[in-house]
Amino acid sequence: MRRFYQKQSFRINFHAFLLLLPSLVFLLLFTFYPIGQTIFHSLFKSDLSTPEPLFVGLENFKRLSEDDTFWKVLMNNIWFAIGTIPTTIIIGLLMAVVVNKHIVGRSWIRTFLFYPAVIPAIAIANIWLYIYTPNFGLLNYVLNMVGIGSVDLLAHSNTVMFAMIVMVIWKEAGFFMIFFLAGLQNISEELYDAAKIDGSSRSTTFTRITIPLLMPTTLFVSILALTNAFKLVDHLVVMTQGGPNNASNLLLYYIYETVFKYWDMGYGATLTTILLLIMMIIASVQFLFMEKRIHYN
Amino acid sequence: MRYLETFVAYFLAIVWVIPLVWIVLNTFQPNNISSFSLIGGNWTLENIKTVWEGAPFAQYYLNTFIIVTGILFVQFITITLAAYAFARLNFFGKNIIFLIFLIQIMIPADVLISPNYLILRDLSLLDTKLGIMIPHFASAIGIFILRQTFKSIPYELEESAKMDGCSLLRIIWHVYVPLAKPTFLAFSLISVSYHWNNFLWPLIITSSVENRPLTVGLAIFAMSADTGAQWATVSAATFMVIFPLVLAFFIFQKQFISSFMHSGIR
Repeated sequence: MRRFYQKQSFRINFHAFLLLLPSLVFLLLFTFYPIGQTIFHSLFKSDLSTPEPLFVGLENFKRLSEDDTFWKVLMNNIWFAIGTIPTTIIIGLLMAVVVNKHIVGRSWIRTFLFYPAVIPAIAIANIWLYIYTPNFGLLNYVLNMVGIGSVDLLAHSNTVMFAMIVMVIWKEAGFFMIFFLAGLQNISEELYDAAKIDGSSRSTTFTRITIPLLMPTTLFVSILALTNAFKLVDHLVVMTQGGPNNASNLLLYYIYETVFKYWDMGYGATLTTILLLIMMIIASVQFLFMEKRIHYN
Repeated sequence: MRYLETFVAYFLAIVWVIPLVWIVLNTFQPNNISSFSLIGGNWTLENIKTVWEGAPFAQYYLNTFIIVTGILFVQFITITLAAYAFARLNFFGKNIIFLIFLIQIMIPADVLISPNYLILRDLSLLDTKLGIMIPHFASAIGIFILRQTFKSIPYELEESAKMDGCSLLRIIWHVYVPLAKPTFLAFSLISVSYHWNNFLWPLIITSSVENRPLTVGLAIFAMSADTGAQWATVSAATFMVIFPLVLAFFIFQKQFISSFMHSGIR
């Protein structure tokens, strides 16, 4: 009998292994191995003048700590996150609240709010480049009409980040709306009925019932927005190439430049290691909150 | 209050649709902002024609289509098998292996462009469609949502199939897959919209028209046309890329919204 169970458990383990094998192969090759390889390569000098990687220990990290551009793009990333996350979340929540009701043309409204989330970032970059462009652009047409005159937001280092942030808020708000809509639909009607009977005003109901019960959604969306703040760089390729003077440059785009423009593989690996570290920190924060989320439900 | 909410809904929709209207006007009317008009106006297909004849967008469309369907097809196989194992089998180290799989969700693929480029070079897959697809063949998010669905399927169905002498693969194919159709649809929408829009990775590894997807083709077209006179054609190219997506979203709105609710990953 015992023999039978041992055989049985061997069979199950073997089956499970076979079923997981296809996924494991691709995950190992394109997720885990590259993570390890990047961390390893960050200890080597490997660029156009050093085709054979040369072990340099922590030399790359020393260079990193003295690299003004690195600190600049890291700060840009932080400002980018601060500029986009709270605004996008508030607008996304507002959208969800107003389209959750039955109003005329609701499916058109939802389409208009959500389409920026399903079209490529490159297409969005083209559209906004043409909105911001000084001579033919929509923004300047409007500004000229009201008598302010022309501005070139993308050409100045003190306005370019603002222009990017506005574009990203436009792109992401509708996407976050979806999660808030799901959250709103999970709140039981009975709670609202009870609040009504108690004579609670609409604004009190909103701040005392809706907002607290949406907390898990808000946390989830915040993590998503934080990850995106470090991930969204496609638009830089056509809009500014990180300029002027690195004012709109972000960490991932800096990695792209370092590796694929200057072919500095070693330093690129060092920068990637830092980005991986940031992702890991975000993931562990998410992990802590996920625990909380379970307690909520 | 009611009226205020309705007003806000319409107001936001109008503000959000302005860029779309702007690109439509630039695509279909002669390039001069002062003459733009929604009603009447000079409508023309000239810009679309110029783009279609001047750049290989038909090829780009085909490439994107092949890449997106190729990825989805392989993902269906990998996620179905793995999701069954995680949902139904008690194997050694299950929880730890599951956590390890979740790392793929935490690290966006774009972060690993530089090491993955080296791997692709070693595999001699640079500038191939397979090279664009292969890093995405496994999908932890797909496994994750499909596992939830598989878990909710009654175990008795599997048992009766076993009685009839069905093999494991046949049980998965005939019992689990048909019952998980809505989840497959939801995952398809997530996967297709992610890979249709993916840009940085194909930009890095492609160097020929035969392999470039739409996004890379559009970016190259836009960067080669930088002067005002060509704005109209860039708008037309952009319109051609986004129109099918906006239309698809409008038609499949309910499915889109519910599938994106399923997961935070595009």
